[in-house]
Amino acid sequence: MSTVHLAAYILVMAGTTYLIRLLPLALFRREITSPFIRSFLFYIPYACLAAMTFPAILSSADTHAGSVAGFLTAVVLAVRKKSLLTVALAACAAVFIVERLITLL
Amino acid sequence: MNDVILTDRKTDFRQGARDGVPIALGYFAVSFTFGMAASRDGIGAFWSALTSLLCLSSAGQFAGLEVIVAGGSFLELALTQLVINLRYLLMSFSLSAKLSSGISTAPRLLMAHGVTDEIFAISVCRRHLTPWYTWGAMAVAVPGWTGGALVGGILGEILPGFLLSAFGIAIYGMFLAIILPPAGEDRAILAVVLAAMALRAILSWTPVLKNISSGFAIIIVTVLVAGIAALLHPHAEEPS
Repeated sequence: MSTVHLAAYILVMAGTTYLIRLLPLALFRREITSPFIRSFLFYIPYACLAAMTFPAILSSADTHAGSVAGFLTAVVLAVRKKSLLTVALAACAAVFIVERLITLL
Repeated sequence: MNDVILTDRKTDFRQGARDGVPIALGYFAVSFTFGMAASRDGIGAFWSALTSLLCLSSAGQFAGLEVIVAGGSFLELALTQLVINLRYLLMSFSLSAKLSSGISTAPRLLMAHGVTDEIFAISVCRRHLTPWYTWGAMAVAVPGWTGGALVGGILGEILPGFLLSAFGIAIYGMFLAIILPPAGEDRAILAVVLAAMALRAILSWTPVLKNISSGFAIIIVTVLVAGIAALLHPHAEEPS
């Protein structure tokens, strides 16, 4: 990919994101009252993060076994409300351990 | 009179900067994994740091990275950003409603870049919100976010492959840590999470459907699932 192409991609991302943040602050000075729109916006982060996580997480490491081990570790710790950093590092550690074990076998 | 206003601005800015410190630390960690993922995909540390500085959005940047690596169109990239970052629209509406209407457009332009989940959360809790508070938080959090991507990008270029393989899962671990705790307490959120995962899996595993690019697949799943949930089960709470 050329540098110019990459820079254009980044500008498109940044521009779109900035416009979304800017328009209400700059133009509107009252709140959204529609319960449907409020609920829709409320659910978006959950739907989007879930869709980004699964099944992509299953191919996030070099080996399938490592990914699955990391996924299960993350689910168990996240359900127990561990902090973001703890969950992330424990998932990494699980992948690391399982992948080291595989190479030993 | 002017002195009083100046002191207020200074106090507000300092308070924002202080509240921004824990945010900056968390940002550094998440952005670090972004820099690493980007370098794995062949995007250099400078470019991931620039992306982080200009976009300041975690899910948006990770989804954008997928589209860029897949060579998607500018339209697809813009649409993924629009859908994934649509929540900022609501946050921006709430902040706008909290600001005194006497605050002119220029400070609002500068404040808008700082509308993220975390900075919004601390800003909206202020009794009297001024742009100076949000700017104080941004002054600490934005360098944390940008620096994380830079360091992650540099390490991504020098660390051995087996370590990078282990780090690739970090961002998904964080996403799970964000969505699963509220899902455990609210069945509607749980249903949204499970439905979104199932639908995304169907889209990536079914013949023909799996040809849909990842960016569009995320858009389709997000709009469908969040839309149906909003119809079936309107949510009364403030979005977080």
